[in-house]
Amino acid sequence: MRLTFREVALGVRRSPLLSSLSVVTIAFSLFAFGLFGLLVLNVDRALRGVEEHVEIVAFLADGTLPEAVSAAMGDISNFPEVANVQEVSPEQALARARAELPEFQDVFDASFLPPSIEVRLKEGHRDPKTVKEVTQRIQTYPFVDDVRYGEDWVKKLYDIRNIAGAAGIALGLLFAAVAVIIIGTTIRMTVLARAREISIMRLVGATDGFVRRPFLLDGFLKGIVGGLLALLLTWGANAVISHNLIQTTFFDPAIATIGVLGGGIIGLLGSALSVGRHLRRV
Amino acid sequence: MIRFSHVVKEYPRTGLALQDVTFRVNKGEFAFLTGPSGAGKSTILRLVIVEETPTAGEVRVSGSLTSGLPRGEIPRLRRKMGVVFQDFRLLEDRTAEENVAFALEVTGAPRDTISARVSRLLTQVGLASKGTSYPKELSGGEQQRVAIARALVNDPVLLVADEPTGNLDDRATRGVFQLLRDINAAGTAVLMATHNLELVKRSDYRVIEVNRGQLVFDSADGNGAGTAATSTPV
Repeated sequence: MRLTFREVALGVRRSPLLSSLSVVTIAFSLFAFGLFGLLVLNVDRALRGVEEHVEIVAFLADGTLPEAVSAAMGDISNFPEVANVQEVSPEQALARARAELPEFQDVFDASFLPPSIEVRLKEGHRDPKTVKEVTQRIQTYPFVDDVRYGEDWVKKLYDIRNIAGAAGIALGLLFAAVAVIIIGTTIRMTVLARAREISIMRLVGATDGFVRRPFLLDGFLKGIVGGLLALLLTWGANAVISHNLIQTTFFDPAIATIGVLGGGIIGLLGSALSVGRHLRRV
Repeated sequence: MIRFSHVVKEYPRTGLALQDVTFRVNKGEFAFLTGPSGAGKSTILRLVIVEETPTAGEVRVSGSLTSGLPRGEIPRLRRKMGVVFQDFRLLEDRTAEENVAFALEVTGAPRDTISARVSRLLTQVGLASKGTSYPKELSGGEQQRVAIARALVNDPVLLVADEPTGNLDDRATRGVFQLLRDINAAGTAVLMATHNLELVKRSDYRVIEVNRGQLVFDSADGNGAGTAATSTPV
């Protein structure tokens, strides 16, 4: 291991420009990937925020007994998909309407508004199919006049989430593939720059493993340093956007650590592929 | 030590490089490999150091059949031989000592024995005082001596030299050749490819001559080429 570290240090000392170029290339490839990740994270968070507003409103018939409403609310809150249930009296409904709509400012009689039950669903149960199923179950209560949940709106929101998710995965894979190719090519330059040394190593009886080890460590370390630089750049970009444009969320420490380690692994894989290909040829 | 049996080497682009080459170099023997440029000398050496395998026929080095030798076994076979080239092939950013030590390090030799062995070898090749010099600070002859020290550091049973004096002046050539003779006298077999006919004439070592990919003369066989392979090993 001591020898492996020494060979890595020698490689960096011998060609500092190429080593720096490798780290910067890795950093910018991962930076592009990081920015994309940040975009996906924030779009997802925004969509989740909108999704939280998915609710089912059951309008109750006039004269429904409070005991019946309480029993139904107890039932509904026990549905596995349901997060919470809230009763809205005509007075509360009018107060809300007056707060939100100017044309209700002069209305003081709430008797024309029906009482209702508002049902919010748990995360993961807000897709159109589940919302419709819960709605149908609520409709079976005899004192429920009408149930609304904004069918079109829920469907559109769900479609947007699906499209954003699929696009995120496809573009993410594309970005990752481009990063691996760029990083692999950069490391290949390092391998070619040391082709003579590799041939001498093999001549004096070095095993493939011995030749490969310094390159793997070199690729991993460059990947880690590049990953840290990319994290710093992404953090800076996020700070600028958050300060000047819109409030954004940054990666949590676990994701950031995975990102940096991912850089190391891409560096390691790039090295393994480049050295492996070179060794097969010589 | 080295045994070629009806060896054919053909390259897809350049065609036949060797045709039906048969010879044998025995333990402790010194043999020159001569012939004009493109005759097949380097191909023979590449087959010996297992950089190539024959298209047909058999090459055996130190008892191992090189065709089909598992990739992991090749380095172990190479450690039994030392290789010296015309262009020295030293690592420019390492001192003479480090270049020699490198050949030991790759074999996993114990760290505490490396320094003593490197010193002994550099003394043997007459470079005891140049251990900390970098290749560019050494003359051609000195660089070749470092390369020879590196080739010998693992105590090989065979030294393969490809035009080791090709880049040297007369004085350095004599010095390097004398060194190779001493190495051979100590029991290491030497196969040396050379263009230098003066060197060949001045010594009474065996001469194997190739031309156009064929073995055309072998001084170990008074009757001509090919039969040297049947000579009795020493």
